[in-house]
Amino acid sequence: MKHPETQDHTSAPAAFSGGFAGWMEQRLPIFSAFRKEYVDFPMPRNLNWLWNFGAILVVVLLLMLATGTFLAMNYTPTSAEAFFSTEAIDRQLSGGWLLRGMHVTGASLFLAALYIHLFRGLYYGSYKAPRELLWLSGLVLLVMVMGTAFAGYVLPWGQMSYWGADVMTKAVGAIPVVGSALEHVLTGGDHLGDVFLHRVFVLHFIMAFLVVGVVGLHVACVHITKSGNPLGREPKGPQDTLPFHPYYTSKDLIGLIVFAMVFSALLFFWPGLLTEPANYAPADPLHTPADIEPEWYFLPFYGLLQSVPSKFGGLLAAASAILVLFALPWLDQSPVRSARFRPACRLGLAGLVMAFILLAAVGKHHATGEWMLIGRLAGLYYFGFFLVLLPLVSRREKAQLQAASPTTSEGDA
Amino acid sequence: MTHPTDPTTAPGQDESTVPGRRDFLGMVTTAGTVTGLAACAIPFVESLKPQDSAAAHQPVEVDLSKLAPGQQMTTVWQGKPVFILRRTPEELARLQNAALNETLRDAQSEALQQPPYARNWHRSVVPEYGVYVGICTHLGCVPAYMPPTPAPDQTGFYACPCHGSHFDLAGRVLKGAPAPYNLPVPPYVMPTPTTLRLGENPKGETFDFSTIEQI
Ligand code: HEM
Ligand code: FES
Repeated sequence: MKHPETQDHTSAPAAFSGGFAGWMEQRLPIFSAFRKEYVDFPMPRNLNWLWNFGAILVVVLLLMLATGTFLAMNYTPTSAEAFFSTEAIDRQLSGGWLLRGMHVTGASLFLAALYIHLFRGLYYGSYKAPRELLWLSGLVLLVMVMGTAFAGYVLPWGQMSYWGADVMTKAVGAIPVVGSALEHVLTGGDHLGDVFLHRVFVLHFIMAFLVVGVVGLHVACVHITKSGNPLGREPKGPQDTLPFHPYYTSKDLIGLIVFAMVFSALLFFWPGLLTEPANYAPADPLHTPADIEPEWYFLPFYGLLQSVPSKFGGLLAAASAILVLFALPWLDQSPVRSARFRPACRLGLAGLVMAFILLAAVGKHHATGEWMLIGRLAGLYYFGFFLVLLPLVSRREKAQLQAASPTTSEGDA
Repeated sequence: MTHPTDPTTAPGQDESTVPGRRDFLGMVTTAGTVTGLAACAIPFVESLKPQDSAAAHQPVEVDLSKLAPGQQMTTVWQGKPVFILRRTPEELARLQNAALNETLRDAQSEALQQPPYARNWHRSVVPEYGVYVGICTHLGCVPAYMPPTPAPDQTGFYACPCHGSHFDLAGRVLKGAPAPYNLPVPPYVMPTPTTLRLGENPKGETFDFSTIEQI
């Protein structure tokens, strides 16, 4: 069978010479640009299922924007009405339970997909040259999505919303020097009330739409550097690539279907897994619920926060856990990208995932007794991996490679 | 450029001679995707359905004992303003004045703008009290009640502030104004001479307000 030559982009405009497409081509060549980027776009032929998550994230993001817009039409951001308007969405608005269910499930699975997507980059060295900007824009997205998710969780103004917001604003207040002023601006008053809730509401959907813009940048980066692949070697030519359509459109579609099945199973059969019963009680500023804990996707950071015996130190540790990822492209100097060919790094990454999960467990069980010890060890390992282990391993690998073949050029091994 | 042989085509067969299977798969995929997207749209469309709350459809009881002859009051029924006015004998006489009726667009209440039991010269259940939904039949502004001036032979009327439609004290629209119909009369009963219940028909009557010509 015959396929368009994947590298032969220059001839693409010829297909849009007549009619409306031709007219557009002269003025705004979106049709040929689309063909170039989403039909003929050369993709490495050896991508595995971990490369499905970018497409999944895009679709979930669109679903979040759509459901969120419709929820916003029925939500009232005041401390007196927020809880009841959310309940009314669940119980009175036609289809409202499904819209809210999709939004809640979507938020959880969005973060889950983000973690997998990020781990893919970590494991296959997708953060290395020339993809540093891709990695950094991804991290900006991670931070923005986390902020959006947190703001969203405050909106129903249930017990967990309220006390989560309370802890968060107090944590901001713990920043030396500027903290208390910042906290005051954030809460917009001396207590968490209407002003705060209204700000959080506006922040929530402003950030959601800003995420779309940054995703545009992120995807533009992918299209400049092209996708990496599990081997970490750039394709040598057309024999190593396949056109995006139909090969990866259909693969992405299958990934989306499997994801939609998991999504529906959680939404329709196990909604309790992703929701917190305590948040179905209206916010009560006079009574903190017994087991206050954040959503599962914040647990590792919450664990770190608790393992450090200092108010500001805990905050710093939790924030640094993400900040350190920004330095990754420069911490890991090894020319080898994929962990497939880096046994020491592979072992270290397995430990990193373990440490991350352990920190989540610490967050859930509160850092006391042996959990405190586990939390500190896991936290030490987490930072040790990035700041010590990875730089050391990469230096040794570099030296070995140089010794084996002094002519090997950097960056494409 | 070579690609792996297509597993769906038997060896030796060119794709162009057996287009059926691949086309079929493509069509099934497209149809499946479109169906799925359409199904996902259901909750979104559903949520836009107008929500009429049952509470808004409860009858509204109004006490008229404080309403003096010549006064009018405004109350709310189903979110709409309802004018209740107590007409004086002089005003009632003017409603029957044939010469004045010449100036009205629909003096005999031919258009369905009132329940059958209010299709009479006073457009109400008892002549003394007039009950009208206070929404101009032109473009929906709320007409203002103009009380009679002290000059002899003067009477009150309703004037719409938006485009100048006038209605007499039976809610009938005057000629030469943009409003096409008389003000609607809501369904109501008078359980006692000084109470009025909006939204309920007298026994034996089955008037549905939503069937009127125009609000
Ligand atoms: C709103 C969230 C995000 C969206 C919608 C998104 C979307 C995408 C898409 C569509 C791709 C191309 C397909 C693929 O390789 O899976 C991609 C690639 C990539 N993303 Fe993201 N992404 C998001 C967040 C992140 C985060 C948090 C990171 C990590 C810090 C990240 C790092 C990367 C990297 C390194 C690649 C290239 C991987 C490679 O080809 O080797 N992205 N992203
Ligand atoms: S709306 Fe009353 S005259 Fe136009």
